[in-house]
Amino acid sequence: MIKTDVVIIGAGPTGLFCAHQLGVIGLKCEIIDNLDKAGGQCIELYPDKPIYDIPAIPECTGEELTKNLLKQIKPFNFKIHVSQRVEKVSKEGINWKLTTSSKIEFLSPNIVIAGGVGSFEPRKFSVKECEKFENNSIFYSIKDKSIFNGKIVSIFGGGDSALDWAIELSKNSKVILVHRRDEFRGASSSVDKVKQLKKENKIELFTMYQLSKVSGDNNLESMEIKHDDGTTKSFKTDYLLGFFGLIMQLGPILDWGLNFDKKTIKVNTENFETNQKGIFAIGDICLYPGKLKLILSGFHEGALAARGCFKYARPDEKLRFEFTTTSKAIRERLGK
Amino acid sequence: MAKITYIEHNGKSHTIDVENGLTVMEGAVQNDISGIDADCGGSMACATCHVYVKEDWFNKVPSKTEGEDDMLDQAYEPKKNSRLSCQLIVSDELNGLIVNLPEKQI
Repeated sequence: MIKTDVVIIGAGPTGLFCAHQLGVIGLKCEIIDNLDKAGGQCIELYPDKPIYDIPAIPECTGEELTKNLLKQIKPFNFKIHVSQRVEKVSKEGINWKLTTSSKIEFLSPNIVIAGGVGSFEPRKFSVKECEKFENNSIFYSIKDKSIFNGKIVSIFGGGDSALDWAIELSKNSKVILVHRRDEFRGASSSVDKVKQLKKENKIELFTMYQLSKVSGDNNLESMEIKHDDGTTKSFKTDYLLGFFGLIMQLGPILDWGLNFDKKTIKVNTENFETNQKGIFAIGDICLYPGKLKLILSGFHEGALAARGCFKYARPDEKLRFEFTTTSKAIRERLGK
Repeated sequence: MAKITYIEHNGKSHTIDVENGLTVMEGAVQNDISGIDADCGGSMACATCHVYVKEDWFNKVPSKTEGEDDMLDQAYEPKKNSRLSCQLIVSDELNGLIVNLPEKQI
């Protein structure tokens, strides 16, 4: 069980800057994210796209912004627990107890939810029967590629993951690549490579097709794909791999007794606390009159929520307002 | 101003007056039409405002810009007439537009 002053859910820009503000006022925190790295939507949705509305930074990419935020909180040595989702939250005395999908437990008087629009999860096949074969013959990520050796693997999608795995697996498996349109959004070098492999009969390629049916008893045996014009084709296949990108889903957070309005949580604008004492919500996931879904708004919300956490983490102390430029205590925390 | 008809997957139909300059997505969200999520708020960074544009309207709506098809790859059951409704800016020319909403967005 990890005891801390604040648990931040979500390592996007808002969560990271809130961590900075907690460090500045002398609190400890632990950060949890379902992605395998920090950055949230900035890293997952637009790592290379420029952002133009961060104050005093005329232009930067999502990746640069994340890097700089990580650098900014480095002096505090806060731990970021990646690749796990908070599954359970319950009250224990004055504390909240959190359990993640990796079974790590936290005890803290404060939770700051900086969860964006939810945790990123792979988009799945829309054909209902696919659920039956999931994690057995149908996968949305690959942990051990050796299971595909000598098998027929059908890969769906048009991005880098689909193309890269089609190229890689074609070395030891029979690969069928299926995409819903003629253009691929993956790197052009990978597209060229796939077309080359098709010429060499190492990959079967079907565009303008989508999955329409799967069948098999315990393991997948065959699939049917449907062209835009309605015609279908059937193939024997041992595995299906779907790479349709990630979607955002709120998940268990909906069961924590929070005041939800559709996909956002109502907060006050004084310290961004929710209807649950000690649970704060900041960034895209919070809702109040006039809410703007901008990164800069998330920074402001994080700064105020950090101060809101102080009274529960240090009930016997008074928080004194200080500037980073002139406070000796803050400079020491920053290692300056 | 344009009258826009949103038809939910269950067949329930809503016809709304949407002001010029708003997007078809905003017309739905501001009028609490369920079936359009718009998680990213209209920045073409997700595919949760996905709609099917009625066939005879498909060539009349503003054409796709770069990147929209990439996002549509990630939509639930994309078809030939799929669009992201955040990219359809309303004008008088869209008066009478009909869009069908997919079974779900995620």
